[in-house]
Amino acid sequence: MVQKRVLVIEDEPNISEAIRFILTRNGWQVEVEADGMAALSRLRTAPPDALILDLMLPDMDGFEVLRSLRAEGPTRELPVLMLTARGQNADRDLAARLGVTRFMTKPFANADVIAALQDMVAP
Amino acid sequence: MSFNLLVLTCLGYVALLFAVASLAERSAEEGRAGWLRSPLVYTLSLSVYCTAWTFYGAVGYAARSGLEFMTIYLGPTLVFVGWWVILRKLVRIGRENRVTSIADFISSRYGKSNLLGVIVTLLCISAGTPYIALQLQSIAQSFTVFVTDLDSAPVAGDRTLIALWVAIGLAFFTIVFGTRNLDANEQHHGVVTAIALEAVVKLVALLAVGIFVVWGVAGGPADVLARIDAQALPDWQVQPGRWTGLILLSAIAIICLPRMFQVLVVENVDDKHLATASWAFPTYLFAISLFVLPIAVLGMERMPPGSNPDMFVMTLPLALGRDDLALLAFLGGFSAATSMVIVASLALATMVSNHIVVPLWLRLRAAQGQDTGDMRLLVLNVRRLSISIVLGFGYLYYVLSGGSEALAAIGLIAFVGVAQILPALLGALFWRGASRTGAALGLSVGAALWAYTLLLPSFGAGVILPAQVMNDGLLGLSWLRPYGLFGLTTLDPLLHALFWSLLVNVLAFCLGSFLSFPSPIERVQGALFVNVYDRPGPARSWSRPLAQAEDLLPMAQRIIGATSAQTFFQAQASAQGKDGFLPDITPEFLEALELKLAGSVGAATAHAMIAQSAGTAVVSVEDLMAVASETAQIMEYSSQLEAQSEELSRTARKLREANDKLRKLSVQKDAFLSQISHELRTPMTSIRAFSEIMMDADSLSPEEQAHFAQVIHDESIRLTRLLDDLLDLSVLEHGQVQLDIAPANLRKLLDQAVTSSKSVQADRHFRVLRSRDEEEVMITTDGGRLTQVFINILSNARKYCTSDTPEIHIQVRQVQDRVEIDFTDNGAGIPTANQALIFEKFARLTDSLQAGGAGLGLAICREIMHNLDGDIVYVPGQGGASFRVSFARILTTRAARREAAE
Repeated sequence: MVQKRVLVIEDEPNISEAIRFILTRNGWQVEVEADGMAALSRLRTAPPDALILDLMLPDMDGFEVLRSLRAEGPTRELPVLMLTARGQNADRDLAARLGVTRFMTKPFANADVIAALQDMVAP
Repeated sequence: MSFNLLVLTCLGYVALLFAVASLAERSAEEGRAGWLRSPLVYTLSLSVYCTAWTFYGAVGYAARSGLEFMTIYLGPTLVFVGWWVILRKLVRIGRENRVTSIADFISSRYGKSNLLGVIVTLLCISAGTPYIALQLQSIAQSFTVFVTDLDSAPVAGDRTLIALWVAIGLAFFTIVFGTRNLDANEQHHGVVTAIALEAVVKLVALLAVGIFVVWGVAGGPADVLARIDAQALPDWQVQPGRWTGLILLSAIAIICLPRMFQVLVVENVDDKHLATASWAFPTYLFAISLFVLPIAVLGMERMPPGSNPDMFVMTLPLALGRDDLALLAFLGGFSAATSMVIVASLALATMVSNHIVVPLWLRLRAAQGQDTGDMRLLVLNVRRLSISIVLGFGYLYYVLSGGSEALAAIGLIAFVGVAQILPALLGALFWRGASRTGAALGLSVGAALWAYTLLLPSFGAGVILPAQVMNDGLLGLSWLRPYGLFGLTTLDPLLHALFWSLLVNVLAFCLGSFLSFPSPIERVQGALFVNVYDRPGPARSWSRPLAQAEDLLPMAQRIIGATSAQTFFQAQASAQGKDGFLPDITPEFLEALELKLAGSVGAATAHAMIAQSAGTAVVSVEDLMAVASETAQIMEYSSQLEAQSEELSRTARKLREANDKLRKLSVQKDAFLSQISHELRTPMTSIRAFSEIMMDADSLSPEEQAHFAQVIHDESIRLTRLLDDLLDLSVLEHGQVQLDIAPANLRKLLDQAVTSSKSVQADRHFRVLRSRDEEEVMITTDGGRLTQVFINILSNARKYCTSDTPEIHIQVRQVQDRVEIDFTDNGAGIPTANQALIFEKFARLTDSLQAGGAGLGLAICREIMHNLDGDIVYVPGQGGASFRVSFARILTTRAARREAAE
């Protein structure tokens, strides 16, 4: 079975470490980026099977990353799980309009993240 | 009747008049003037309109021109019935303004212009002197007619001598009763009462003769009417144009004649008398004209052809053997003539003295630099002299004209002359825009035209105007012929003159008024005259006082406000060495007051007000008060409006600001909550994720377990610190913080802060440059809180200073009772765009890992400094990041500060 690749864009090191740990344990190949620009270039060179995207990043916000993804051919259909600590309905609506696949509020249950990710990439 | 008897009768009659006049004066002085002030006396005094000309002349007029004599009575009747409004306003203004004559009326309305006073006086003199001469003539004539023993008393035939004695006698009477005292209101009870008595004599005489003629000579009214029909009177037919002109002329005359103005306006004591007069005076005129036609017709029947119809009233009873009636008629004619002369000379003398002699005298004295002193005796003597002069002129005129027929027409000629005053008079009453220039222009050209087209030609061609001018016009221009001006030859001379003089007069008056701008005093007077009913001015019976400080103070108060006015008056008084609020009225004081008032009402108005109050003003202090009150009200009202609109816009601005603030606060609150949520959820996310991992502890290595536990611990600490900061900020922001105020040494606090901040990036070498001498300041404040701020600034510098050899410079200054401390590092500083943001909550410019906080540090610092009566600001352009902390050296408690502020 070929390992699925997931890219995690998250600026809080403790959170990205936790996600990396639980997903690796469940058979994912996990890559982490802390800011939006670096993440976008990595996405273009080697698109993963799924993306976990934090809303608040130091250089740009998650919506901008999402907008760029959806504008480009290779990543137009990429499954994206968006995480946010702000938890406002307006954010959820905006994310939906921009074509997010799943939207989840922090703090999350580890099991939920794994289930959502598997659901997103299921054929 | 013998001459001596007649003279005796006359003297007796005059003695009676003296007695009545004296009685009236005494009653008035003793305050028992009730009966004198009755509307009946007022009405009877108005009969001064009926002179010898109407008494004798009306019958002659009827004999010559039929019913036309009626016009002379119809005009006044129409005025009293129809123009009652004009009369009432005239009387009210005249009394309220203490008007002394028609010249005074015109002059004071148009800004106290003495030029106008002089013009009107001269006009009245030119029209009035021949009129007086006419009366003298009629008395002299009646003497010669009545006296039967012309041979034994040749003096009776010398009409000139008789006229002289009559003139002297009348001058004596007028001086005695017309200039007894100089009462400001110019009322002469004695004269008026004597005139009223004479009015009764006139009426009774004419009625007696009339009744005798109708029932004694003819066979009753029906018979008289038949005889009137039978008599072929010349010009019996009514001429509409001439009738209209004459009625208009006599209507104007009853208002404009100086003697009529005297009795109608100057001598009036109560508006209400006019109401009685409005029906009683026309009734009097009706009664006095009732028997004119029968006497004329019977006279023409009975008297020999060629006898003078002007004397029918006397000669008819004489011819019919009724000497008693003839004597009565003689006395009637005597009364008519004397009453006219007395009142006319009184009125004219007042004008001459007030507008010509006294001003000239004052100017002369002023030019010589002499003190004018007490004017009362001077004015009285001038008036006495003027009466003599006026009567002298009348007598002279009579002598020079030789008692010619020219006198017969002088009545109507005088009417046209005084009619020139009408436009200015009506303008004074009803037109605020009427100006002095317009009045002077209209009066001058009107008078000139009157003289040229009527007065001068009336002496006959060649007397004053050369015959050549009469026939061919001035300078040979035919359109300048006195009787055919501008080619108008169809009217008879009288109407021709009336038409042109009044037309040009009115045009010049209007044009002059439109083209000139009235001066402030003119406008004040104009308002007082035209709006006379707007002021609740009860008739003032006391003399007008000169301005006193007591009067000026309230006036000034209304204009510049009570406090200001009182302060000013007090200062002026103390400058004069006086206590209290009332300085002496000195020129210096008035000048200062004027300057003061000018600030509020403008220089011109202030000048007018002061000039009016300080001089012998026509406008009384009360009038000024009314103007001042008006001004104050207008000013107050407009400032109220201004204040209201300012208040409104202030409220609107406040509302807008409040609204903006609320909207901003709402946005801020949402952003803040969102931030809090983020800051809280982030550590909680790590804690939850790692705790869930740790629940499955079996699959974890001991190292992993220890590491994850460490993360959970650190994140818990972070969460706690965040909550502490939030709580701290909340307490500080709401001013609920408990400050621990105590004396402290600033240097020690800084030592403590530098030491505490060393834990941040402890491995990095960081130089702190200090000047310990400057730091030796004893302060009284919450040292713990202040140190917290220092630590925050120093920690930030350690964290963010980008220099390879980082250092921070601490400088302490004392500015008065405050302390200023600058913390300047040698890093890159904060970009201008962010300088405004750094003190806001969660304004973290870099990522949270580096900052290690929630971004509340500087926000808390600012709140702390505000609580310490100080501030923290970013100082740009210092080479690196520079923060200035300032605070009160000695901090008092908030309550004490608030108390001190109040």
